[in-house]
Amino acid sequence: MATSIKILGPGCAKCKTTFEVVKKAVEQAGIQADIEKIEDLEGMMKYNILTTPVVVVNEEIKIKGRVPTVEEIKNLLN
Amino acid sequence: MFNWLQQLADWLVYSVLGISAQSHFGEALNFFVYDTIKILILLFFITFLMGIVNSYFPIDRIRNFLSRNKLYGAEYLMASTFGAVTPFCSCSSVPLFIGFVKGGIPLGVTFAFLITSPLVNEVAVAIFLGMFGLKATLVYVISGILLGVISGAILGRMNLEPLLTDWVRKVWEQARAEQEAFASEKTSFIQRIPTIVKEAFGIVKSVFVYVLIGIAIGAAMHGYVPEGFFEQYIGRDTWYAVPLAVVLGVPMYANAAGVIPVVQVFVSKGMPIGTSLAFMMAVVGLSIPEATLLKKVMTTKLVLIFFGVVATCIMFSGYLFNIIL
Repeated sequence: MATSIKILGPGCAKCKTTFEVVKKAVEQAGIQADIEKIEDLEGMMKYNILTTPVVVVNEEIKIKGRVPTVEEIKNLLN
Repeated sequence: MFNWLQQLADWLVYSVLGISAQSHFGEALNFFVYDTIKILILLFFITFLMGIVNSYFPIDRIRNFLSRNKLYGAEYLMASTFGAVTPFCSCSSVPLFIGFVKGGIPLGVTFAFLITSPLVNEVAVAIFLGMFGLKATLVYVISGILLGVISGAILGRMNLEPLLTDWVRKVWEQARAEQEAFASEKTSFIQRIPTIVKEAFGIVKSVFVYVLIGIAIGAAMHGYVPEGFFEQYIGRDTWYAVPLAVVLGVPMYANAAGVIPVVQVFVSKGMPIGTSLAFMMAVVGLSIPEATLLKKVMTTKLVLIFFGVVATCIMFSGYLFNIIL
């Protein structure tokens, strides 16, 4: 089954960077993943978050409030 | 602390470039070189320090604490202070707002947080420190926090919950004190440093242009505008100066980094400090982009009330500073 990755953020610069980082990490890890960007607030608030950007892997909040590094995401995916 | 830098600027402008220290241009250029380097150093250090604080700042736990405990008014001060230490990213303010509402934290307390969060931020503090020194920076930070407390308390008494947008009101009605535990991240301090440095560089890079423009305008004015120029027009006795400063300040935002160096010259040329502080607070604390974001969770009426109350409090503090400073 493909890994599901969601990036939560209302579309600010940090959120966009996070999306790019995740895309790169998935490419480098060479795995199957559905990357989804969640920008609407209601969808975002289903998760219990306070700061953005947030990275959710398989419905589990992994990173919140900061831009991760490619390495970090790769470690999360393995 | 920055003597060496002044010497460097003197040497560069007067000796290397051979521009006379007596000329307007020489004075302006010296001012520009000195201030730019100083601000960049401060900006990097302060964003770096704040980055470390933020990396460890347990915002979730603080939300839980605020929602569980009755603090008899101290919760406003707590929320406002936390607003000062959390990073400013306007796009985080809305999720944060909803998160607070969801946790059953009173609206007024949430507002206190929301006011100080942009008002006292690392970029403004760094530039303030560079342009006005430590004492004025402390005045700014403390009055910013108090402003959040007072405006929040006023807004808290106005029963504004019905003015939230529908779905946020639903969230509010189902609010409960959060009990869940949060898994904290387990990265060591050393592991966090590269990310923090990178973010500090990112922030410095993103405001760099505004700082340069602000200092350039300031430097030009510094050399050419006569001493006491502003005293003639907007002195202490001009009653409308403070409201005018606030009204002009609210729509400016992106330029916060650039506005402070310009205002510093206003002050050195005779603009009263209270009027200047009010202007800067309006620039940094209230902005149109923020209003647009807040409209997602509040009705237009509530956004207007929010801005109105904060702007009024800023005006009062402007008058107050004109009297006491």
